[in-house]
Amino acid sequence: MLRDITLGQYYRTDSVIHRLDPRVKLVATFVFIMSLFLVKNFWGYLIAGVFLAVCIKLSNVPPKFIFRGMKTIFFLLLLTMVFNLFLTPGKELVSFWKFTITYEGLKMASMMAVRLVFLITGSSIMTLTTTPNNLTDGMESVLGPLKKLHVPVHEISMMMSIALRFIPILLEETDKIMKAQMARGADFESGSLINRAKSLVPLLVPLFISAFRRAMDLAMAMEARCYRGGDGRTKMKPLIYKKRDRIAYGVLYSYLLVAIVVGRILFR
Amino acid sequence: MIRTDNLVFEYIRRDEEGNVEGITRAVDNVDLDVKPGQFIAILGHNGSGKSTLAKHFNALLYPTEGKVIVDGMDTSDGEYLWNIRQEAGMIFQNPDNQIIGQVVEEDVGFGPENMGVPTNEIWERVDESLRAVGMLDFRKSSPNHLSGGQKQRVSIAGVIAMHPKCIIMDEPTAMLDPNGRKDVIRAARALNTVEGITVILITHYMEEVIYADKVFVMDKGRVTMEGTPREIFSQVDKLKELRLGVPQVTLLAHELKKNGLPLPDGILTREELVEELKRIKNVANT
Repeated sequence: MLRDITLGQYYRTDSVIHRLDPRVKLVATFVFIMSLFLVKNFWGYLIAGVFLAVCIKLSNVPPKFIFRGMKTIFFLLLLTMVFNLFLTPGKELVSFWKFTITYEGLKMASMMAVRLVFLITGSSIMTLTTTPNNLTDGMESVLGPLKKLHVPVHEISMMMSIALRFIPILLEETDKIMKAQMARGADFESGSLINRAKSLVPLLVPLFISAFRRAMDLAMAMEARCYRGGDGRTKMKPLIYKKRDRIAYGVLYSYLLVAIVVGRILFR
Repeated sequence: MIRTDNLVFEYIRRDEEGNVEGITRAVDNVDLDVKPGQFIAILGHNGSGKSTLAKHFNALLYPTEGKVIVDGMDTSDGEYLWNIRQEAGMIFQNPDNQIIGQVVEEDVGFGPENMGVPTNEIWERVDESLRAVGMLDFRKSSPNHLSGGQKQRVSIAGVIAMHPKCIIMDEPTAMLDPNGRKDVIRAARALNTVEGITVILITHYMEEVIYADKVFVMDKGRVTMEGTPREIFSQVDKLKELRLGVPQVTLLAHELKKNGLPLPDGILTREELVEELKRIKNVANT
């Protein structure tokens, strides 16, 4: 049934990575992505690869789940590689008809590919090991300083968590409306793509109306329970750094240092 | 606990330019007085103004005329807004649209979080309120996997965690199946008798009203009848006029009486009717 769908792609198991504070994981993902753009040579990428492999191993998530995310970017990956391979000027390696593959092109293409694969893998580890709920909490906390710039951080994270709560409910509702309309002869499954898209319009109108009605009800229920924005609010589950989180930060920053030294300075 | 003086509330309908098209008086000159610890029921068919009235008790709506006093605080006085909302908790009709958290215990903690209760105390309050409604085993569940009655009990726990003096329930059972309805009403009665919390139950199910200390019947925004359940249900014909039914047992007794059996007015439970019928049978036999 629709109510059993999992949101995001959280993989339920227990591991060191799962237990880390979501803030650590957010910062780590950001730092890792940064490091990918800072290193310039093979040795740097090797270090990044080893770091990633260790994280995957520690996370207890079967590798096939991690690489499933790769399918979605396969075409992007292919396109980037083809363009880089054929369009980079430099020393000629192979040449046929109008195309030439250069030494620089080959290097560029493989670098881009590795970069993309690492980037996607790195961020999937975060989403696979953190519940959406935890992730929103972490975001609110990491983005906290932006409050000074009048960015409504608390409101954004509240909106995200409410959206997460209501996605299954609205999906179920869509299902109900679809069945009700199918019972009266509506056809959602045959015809051309355009026809099928058109048949969704009468589905969306009642869905929107009901979503707005729900939003109004929910706003009233929240007000009735004394909700008045983020000021003066306490947390039932506050985020507190533990020893393992501090160690993780230490490991992370030493990785960044080593990657930069090896990838940029030691080997040019 | 809650008092209203000549409460009037008008909805103003406007056309697209914002000109007043018409005024609907949803609540019309209502005087109520609810004592602490009472179990009050407000009856009325759809559109009788009972939900609008309920929203005044929690300062979600403000009177057009008259006053609403909750525990000595005037709801129109913005200064006490949050105190009023904490003291008079509210349960709504649709269980899905009032659960905010993605996990049961987080939803129960939402109210105390808003009030700024320290973390340790939030956990204590969550534990005790989930226990009070018998939902402690489901604390880690997602609300989407609960039945309607269970969701509504979670909502009740969410209100209890704010330590209110009064709970207003706006048709809490309208969307539930008979079993869920029974559980919710049982939880409400337990709060009233065990914890001494004032309960105001708004409903159109007559069976839920028989345990109330006092019943108010509303029609067209006015309170047309008030009294104990027995007093109200002895006037079967008047209730029919207001398009309200009576509990099946009461109706049966009423019809039997009309056809000549010497039964008293206002029989509320099956046991009572059985006793009365036995008595009549014994009298007839001797």
